Amino acid sequence: MSTATTQKRSVSAVIWDYLTTVDHKKVGILYMLGGAFFFLLGGLEALIIRIQLIKPENDFVSAGLYNEMITMHGTTMIFFAAMPILIGLMNYIMPLQIGARDVAFPFLNALGVWLFIFGGLLMNVSWFTGGAPDAGWTNYAPLSLQSPGHGVNYYVMGLQLSGAGTLMSGINFIVTIVRMRAPGMTYMRMPLFSWTTLVTSILILFAFPAFTVALFLMQFDRMFESAFFDIALGGNSIIWQHLFWIFGHPEVYILILPAFGIFSEIFPTFSKKRLFGYTAMVFATFLIAFLGFMVWAHHMFTVGLGPVANAIFAIGTMAIAVPTGIKIFNWLLTMWGGSIQINSAMLYALGFIPSFTIGGMTGVMLGATVADFQYHDTYFVIAHFHYVIVGGVVFGILAAMHYWWPLMFNRILNETLGKWAFWTFFFGFHLTFFVQHFLGLMGMPRRYWVFLEGQGLDVGNFVSTIGTFLMTIGVLIFLYNIVHTYFKGEVPAQDPWDGRTLEWSVPTPVPFYNFKQLPLVRGLDALWLEKMEGDGKIKPAEPVAPIHMPNSSILPFIMAVGFTIASFGFIYQLDGPLGRITIYIGMAIAVGSMIIRSLRDDHGYYVEFDEDEPQKEGA
Amino acid sequence: MKSWMGKMKAIMLFGFLSLLLAGCGKENLTALDPKGYGAEKSLDIILLTTGIMVGVFLVVIIIYTIVLARFRRKKGDNHIPEQVEGSKKLETIWTVIPIILVLIMGIPTVVYTFDLADTSEASSTLNINVTGHQYWWNFEYEDHNVVTSQDLYIPVGEKVYVNMLSSDVIHSFWVPTITGKMDVNPENVNTMYIEAYEEGVYWGKCAELCGPSHSLMDFKVIVVSPEEFEQWITDMQNVDPEEVPTDAVAQEGQELFQSNCMSCHAIGDASSAGPNLTNFGNRVHFVGYLEPTKENLVEWIMDPESLKPGNKMTGMYEVTEEEAEKIAEYLMQLKSTDVTPESAGGLID
Repeated sequence: MSTATTQKRSVSAVIWDYLTTVDHKKVGILYMLGGAFFFLLGGLEALIIRIQLIKPENDFVSAGLYNEMITMHGTTMIFFAAMPILIGLMNYIMPLQIGARDVAFPFLNALGVWLFIFGGLLMNVSWFTGGAPDAGWTNYAPLSLQSPGHGVNYYVMGLQLSGAGTLMSGINFIVTIVRMRAPGMTYMRMPLFSWTTLVTSILILFAFPAFTVALFLMQFDRMFESAFFDIALGGNSIIWQHLFWIFGHPEVYILILPAFGIFSEIFPTFSKKRLFGYTAMVFATFLIAFLGFMVWAHHMFTVGLGPVANAIFAIGTMAIAVPTGIKIFNWLLTMWGGSIQINSAMLYALGFIPSFTIGGMTGVMLGATVADFQYHDTYFVIAHFHYVIVGGVVFGILAAMHYWWPLMFNRILNETLGKWAFWTFFFGFHLTFFVQHFLGLMGMPRRYWVFLEGQGLDVGNFVSTIGTFLMTIGVLIFLYNIVHTYFKGEVPAQDPWDGRTLEWSVPTPVPFYNFKQLPLVRGLDALWLEKMEGDGKIKPAEPVAPIHMPNSSILPFIMAVGFTIASFGFIYQLDGPLGRITIYIGMAIAVGSMIIRSLRDDHGYYVEFDEDEPQKEGA
Repeated sequence: MKSWMGKMKAIMLFGFLSLLLAGCGKENLTALDPKGYGAEKSLDIILLTTGIMVGVFLVVIIIYTIVLARFRRKKGDNHIPEQVEGSKKLETIWTVIPIILVLIMGIPTVVYTFDLADTSEASSTLNINVTGHQYWWNFEYEDHNVVTSQDLYIPVGEKVYVNMLSSDVIHSFWVPTITGKMDVNPENVNTMYIEAYEEGVYWGKCAELCGPSHSLMDFKVIVVSPEEFEQWITDMQNVDPEEVPTDAVAQEGQELFQSNCMSCHAIGDASSAGPNLTNFGNRVHFVGYLEPTKENLVEWIMDPESLKPGNKMTGMYEVTEEEAEKIAEYLMQLKSTDVTPESAGGLID
């Protein structure tokens, strides 16, 4: 067990610590590490895609491999990179922001992260076992049913595993925020990042089950020979599209709302001004989430649902621009009249505004059905969602890294390197994706392995690929910055950004119990309030008393391993008895760990304080 | 509404075009220079929404620039700005104005959506059954007993209804210059109308991922005058599928074709598992994208997999290169009609 006074430990001790941890901060770091690994993998796939498209009729990769690349790029970036990194940040930051000592269900939290990591690894194993999934990240039936080999089976089981983990996180965060806020931390005093964590978790709770169902149906069709999507046997493939997008559209907001939360922390901090229109920001978040469930069919305008459905979903889609617009203007007005300090974190936030606004604009344009008949499934759509996801989510993640790095790792990321990384990434991003709007309108559909010579698409594609190289350089500089900071980074002063919210009141490195005494929150921007009206210190809400903490456990890890083994069995279950045996072995391990967990009494332990030195007692 | 739309359109078209220094793309492929009803309606909405959105963007950027110019922290400046809570007035403004903008964009969108989905006249005009296959298109003129594939002939200035169904996975029918796309589903027929304003040969694309050769599933729409179209229909109806070519090589080719290829391909008015080859010699391209030369055809017959990965033809027959050349010679001579892509002005290169 680590304590605030931990000395250097052996590598194996650290690994064992992380394998068994139930601490929200370490789980958060595991999420971010896993997410970073898959982000690099997804980036490599993107690079291969763009190299293939650098010139007409290129043969850098084959047609089949290209489809595997686009499928894995999309799936990896959404499910195994962007979402886990955000969940990692929520894990680390949210309890600190609301004054909690951990999340509500630490054991479940650890299980979630291992399910995500094994889900992601499982899916990537498919590269070495005869081919990755190749039906696109949307995995439309009947193409996905027809796809030969086991690729799509890997897609189904990999996402089912990690999806279960995500669902657990969602439930966990909701309960944490509802039940574990510090005294005085009313809902309307919660920092925006915690708010967006709550709303995102609600989205996860309602959106993921639709996807779980879709994946089960797909699993039955592919592995148990049912016919939910098989037209020849009376199935219907459009059902997959509905289920996928009922999940898939809220998923976009699951990604972007936490990023909104991050920017809502960064703008006030570096403008030294409270968030403009806090109440409106909270309600806009809810409105976006609510409307996000009402618009899934705008991904299906060309399916032939008819003009009534198309018209309703078009108006619904455009309506989302209203709350999003409120947010953009409130951020601008937060800076208005402020004292703006521009550092790397703020640069990403400032880069986000024009980039995301373009993504939002094209979103409204795509919502107009008749125009969408031209945009749909072309590079225009590719440009649009990369403006939203890179310009919004990735900028948000990078901003959050620079902003919270001192809190998480007790080092400050190098500013010079940070700025270099930002500018190369920012220019590379716009170079890559801006021109793609026009490529789409000039007649280039998405998911094209080659484009033909003499169709006026050469220049645009070349420019786009060059942009990708710049983005790659940006990411490499950021990685170098991390390594550089690890070895030579500056140790920050307590509260290096003159922060406003509770997480900046805890000492760094953050003690494993977070708060020695639960804080008393007296208003919005609790720390800032104390700085302005008090002595700059958060008042305690309780006397120093023993702190109840959960025990570490290897069971979440073993459970996840069991489910992963069973997943392998399902993937190969039509190939012979070996598959079925593997299912039983895997499930025996998973269910066995569950039984052990259920039957063994584990009441955690108490941290006793003896003259400021925390001591572990009992076990 | 018409007149202000017209003005707006002109202004925006100008703005849009000046943005696009490199031009609008290839004139028979781009969606930015429409030559058909659907594409024109789409561009109207594209320009309207783009215009409004660019306006919003400019407002954002102006505020953004002012903020960055005026409120950056100077060295040594440690003042604490006033902590403004918000402003009811401002927040109301930027809630109400976007709602109005959404209505301005929404109303024409809804009107056009219903307009383009109107199939009430489908029974009284030309109907074409379109079938999407991995990776080619079948076109059946049901009322006329004519079947062709890959090159879709339609008359200029007439509403033509396409009834689309897929034989395998989902495809999507897209001719950017003439009309927006619609999915070709395996379970239900999707109907839409197309109307081309100008004669010409236009690129059609599959826009829904359908397998490895998705990007090679191109087709052409050949828009000819109504008289030429009548002529084409008549010529196609009068084709004798058994007609023996005059030269000996082609005759041998025909025999080889009949013994090796006819289980999938057809000549005449039948739809078949593979493309109907009645007017194969007139095709704009072979295999959807190759120059129509004999060398390309022989290469295709000998090794289809490398030219269209994942196609259904590979391994269905065995012919020697010599035999392939004879078959190619026969197929090149299948020019059953004088109405060809050249009648529409040919493919613009």
